[in-house]
Amino acid sequence: MTGRTSLPRPGGNLPPLSLHVPEPKFRPGDKVDYTHLDIPPAGVQPRPDEGCAAAETNPLATDLIRVLDDDHSAVGPWDPRLDPATLRRMLRTMALTRAFDERMYRGQRQGKTSFYMKCTGEEATSVAPAMALADDDMVFPSYRQQGILISRGYPLVEMINQIYSNRADKLKGRQLPIMYSARDHAFFTISGNLATQYPQAVGWAMASAIKGDTRIAASWIGEGSTAEGDFHAALTFATVYNAPVIFNVVNNQWAISSFSGFAGAERATFASRAVGYGVAGLRVDGNDALAVYAATQWAANRARSNGGPTLIEHFTYRAEGHSTSDDPNAYRSAQEREEWPLGDPIMRLKRHLVGLGEWSDERHTAMDLELVNDVKAATKEAEKNGILGHGLHHPFHTMFEDVYEELPWNLEEQADQAIRERRSKWPEWKES
Amino acid sequence: MIEEAPVSLADAPTRRLNMIEAINDALDIMLERDPNVVIMGEDVGYFGGVFRATAGLQKKYGKTRVFDTPINECGIIGAAVGMGAYGLRPVPEIQFADYIYPGLDQLVSEAARLRYRSAGEFIAPLTVRSPFGGGIFGGQTHSQSPEALFTHVAGLKTVIPATPHDAKGLLIAAIEDNDPVIFFEPKRIYNGPFNGYYDKPVEPWARHADSVVPEGYYSIPLGKARTVRSGNALTVLVYGTMVHVAEAVLREKGIDAEIIDLRTLVPLDIEAVQKSVEKTGKCLIIHEATRTSGFGAELSALVQERCFYHLEAPIERVTGFDTPYPHSLEWAYFPGPVRIGEAVDRLMKA
Repeated sequence: MTGRTSLPRPGGNLPPLSLHVPEPKFRPGDKVDYTHLDIPPAGVQPRPDEGCAAAETNPLATDLIRVLDDDHSAVGPWDPRLDPATLRRMLRTMALTRAFDERMYRGQRQGKTSFYMKCTGEEATSVAPAMALADDDMVFPSYRQQGILISRGYPLVEMINQIYSNRADKLKGRQLPIMYSARDHAFFTISGNLATQYPQAVGWAMASAIKGDTRIAASWIGEGSTAEGDFHAALTFATVYNAPVIFNVVNNQWAISSFSGFAGAERATFASRAVGYGVAGLRVDGNDALAVYAATQWAANRARSNGGPTLIEHFTYRAEGHSTSDDPNAYRSAQEREEWPLGDPIMRLKRHLVGLGEWSDERHTAMDLELVNDVKAATKEAEKNGILGHGLHHPFHTMFEDVYEELPWNLEEQADQAIRERRSKWPEWKES
Repeated sequence: MIEEAPVSLADAPTRRLNMIEAINDALDIMLERDPNVVIMGEDVGYFGGVFRATAGLQKKYGKTRVFDTPINECGIIGAAVGMGAYGLRPVPEIQFADYIYPGLDQLVSEAARLRYRSAGEFIAPLTVRSPFGGGIFGGQTHSQSPEALFTHVAGLKTVIPATPHDAKGLLIAAIEDNDPVIFFEPKRIYNGPFNGYYDKPVEPWARHADSVVPEGYYSIPLGKARTVRSGNALTVLVYGTMVHVAEAVLREKGIDAEIIDLRTLVPLDIEAVQKSVEKTGKCLIIHEATRTSGFGAELSALVQERCFYHLEAPIERVTGFDTPYPHSLEWAYFPGPVRIGEAVDRLMKA
């Protein structure tokens, strides 16, 4: 026999090495205590010049940029000083995103579609950046940034058509629900493969720079996906070419059942990784919509003036399960969500507006009711085009289209075969 | 202004070029014709590429059109996908096909599927150029022929030229194509048409008819095979370096074989394949790549399905062995004249 058949025995007087396998602080049934989290007061984080060297952002990459204080007042140099109408629009868009999630989640449970993913608790990390960017800045999202589409005014009916894979679905029923694509809203096609959009966003930003354009790119991934090689590729390319791109890392603490420790969170913040690449790094309270808006605005100004890329870590919490296929009670304490020290992004902005005298509990309740009805109406409208598996889908032949610009002979043959099979199963069937 | 191609290539002035020069010429023409064409890759900029394929291009077109990249194939392909989404027409180079694997996820999951998954909203009009194939003592990581990994991916096109004339015309067509194209360049024949006799001096392209290359713009359609020579006794399906090896062996044996250089593996010129095998009744498939699940298996299955009643003998496959590409025993591995000759003899006796 050749080759090693057993591991070598530990030798000498050296202490045995031990493997560290990270373990989250709380498991199901555990009492949650967040006192280990270092949450600095709002308003005390400095706001450096947007043209500063990336290394100057180092303190901010380990700090936490916060604008809304414990009394829900906006304080400090990062206060974006938005007018009340803009604040109300931000609040409404976040609330609409949540209402949409609630309805679609129920739709999945009712069997109207196969799959859904909520972004509950993370609404600020998509809505606020979308509002701080120009509408034609290209976004390369992951699957949990539906707030961007809603913020950019993409029709809810179109979103639901995609979720139901019905005959009006612009993606022709080819994509898993929520993997939207909306070129006319500068929203890049979502891929199931994690982190692939990061180097793509850099390439888009490089192209914009090559062409002397003024548009910038922004991309989003979760903290779990920062472990992918594409993350490293993207940051290296971005720094080498000084690409006008914003990297968002939505650190919601959980990648399905793996806590952020499995992406390296025990040793360093995600924002701090940026500085090692020569990329500016900001760490923000991801449940503080004003802080998120301000950080995006800072990074966008920097990118647009050829100051280069920025990475923003949004420190937040994934309040719901990973997807409709996931039960978080199997791996984390139910108390985590209730005790999360940074609260709820919608409630915090609401209280800020109430404090300004620009909003009230009554108006909020009325708005919520209106949004629920809006979503309900959109759902009804979309259902006219069919729900998943109920026959109202795109014509058969579309399955073979768009693989290439033109159908090659093998796909022509296979399309004929598929239609033959269909006729053999249902002799009366006619392609609609 | 874009110049129109001459109506007849026969009228165009010609030059004799080796394959590298033909590729360089194609890139030069496309950089000139289309301001959205950009070339990127490791060492392709100032230095002009480790095989000189991009020599002089950065100087002529500037650093934002032709530029060096970090050593990161995932980044190269990923950035190219993003550039394509913007509206550019990137021509990334992967220095050796053996090093394309870190970019595989971006090619398979992204470039290949962008058009399909977005219902045509976004496309990836990339041409990934990469030197491939063995016969140069490149050992395990400078000799591989991974084309079957790409022909298996719906949404990718795979092109492999065998002459300077084809290299230029096919590369121009690949760059103009709106689908992602994997363009494998057989580096063994960059300088001359290698016939498999490794112990003899290399023939330079200058003495080969297919080194006569029209000046200026022309393209060769993807998906069309080239009949290297017509014959009635046997059909040989082949591409890349092996075109020349096959040609030498069959000439030497004096067999009236029909040699078909596939040029494009996907989409495949099925008509040319089928027509030829129906005429000859015998089929020999040759590639350098390893045998099991190689592209030859697909060719063999297609011929069997479509030409079964015309076949007079079992389809033969001559390929590399199912091992990593060895260094010292390269010529024992390489599907050279002896291995091809044996298969031809079996087919002719059948």
